[in-house]
Amino acid sequence: MSARSIYDRPLRRPRQEVSLSSFAFLFSEFIQYSQKRIQTIPELEEKLREAGERVGVRVLELCTLRERATKRETRILGILSFITTVVWRSLFGRQAEALEKSAETDDEYMISEREPLFVKSISVPKDLGHLSCASFTAGIVKGVLDHSGFPARVTAHHVPTDAQPLRTTILVKFDEDVMERERSLA
Amino acid sequence: SCACRLSYSAANMSSYFFVIVAPGDKPVYSEDFRFGTSGREESMHMSEFIVHAALDHVDDTVWRTGSMNLRVVDKFNDSFVSAYVTPSNVRLMLMHSARNEDSIRNFFTEVHELYAKALMSPFYSPGEPIKSAVFQQRVQAIAKRHFG
Repeated sequence: MSARSIYDRPLRRPRQEVSLSSFAFLFSEFIQYSQKRIQTIPELEEKLREAGERVGVRVLELCTLRERATKRETRILGILSFITTVVWRSLFGRQAEALEKSAETDDEYMISEREPLFVKSISVPKDLGHLSCASFTAGIVKGVLDHSGFPARVTAHHVPTDAQPLRTTILVKFDEDVMERERSLA
Repeated sequence: SCACRLSYSAANMSSYFFVIVAPGDKPVYSEDFRFGTSGREESMHMSEFIVHAALDHVDDTVWRTGSMNLRVVDKFNDSFVSAYVTPSNVRLMLMHSARNEDSIRNFFTEVHELYAKALMSPFYSPGEPIKSAVFQQRVQAIAKRHFG
């Protein structure tokens, strides 16, 4: 008699979705758990990012295998494109709203979301100021980038407008090593 | 005098030395496969040395191509080292005497899927050694399927 192990589970399954309420519940518990263990807002965002990173590396391998891709990304635009299309579709059911390159510096890119999935059911009290729970998503992006060889600083910023009160931008700033390599490959 | 003596017997067609190395040269897994023959050309230490030396060649190649299967990246006497790099830059390295490219590619692809499953465990962190006996059984089965 053999017990089922993680190795028995199929890598590719028909489209599997998890209920948003279940996830929102789990996510809110995680935030409350983290809140008891930090002193400052940046620390809370850091905890969310760390948790996201652990998801990022897994999503990187899983999405590549599920897409039956035979390629690895070696260029910045390639990996960002992979993130905003393949990874986003796998996690959120749709592509990211926008991917932009900063006009001022060549090592910064921005991923924009009108209404990030996680953030919808979270209300941030005024005393937590600029906290963006999309830091978890930023962590996922960072996990993908760090492990695919594009280390970067990734942060989430809540940039509300009248029309889009939940609008969020994920800012990616690549390490100098990455920029050097990118220049040499150009 | 050299402490490591190599005996060059007739090319051993069915021996393979397989290693999984995470970025930062972290050893994740290693296994010796021998099918149908006894004895090996190189001692275990030599095999590890050869594969480790081949890692440098992988580092050079990895940014110049988008392929995961890098095929043969290094040679040493009668042995070849083939390499495969996963999206999270984990290296699958195989030292072999026989040049059966198709079998090796299929071996790498299946082990890649197996690695991904090991990675899915929340109790496993990338870069750590994989100690699961089930993982070992599955790797052996994959090797037997393609090289046995």
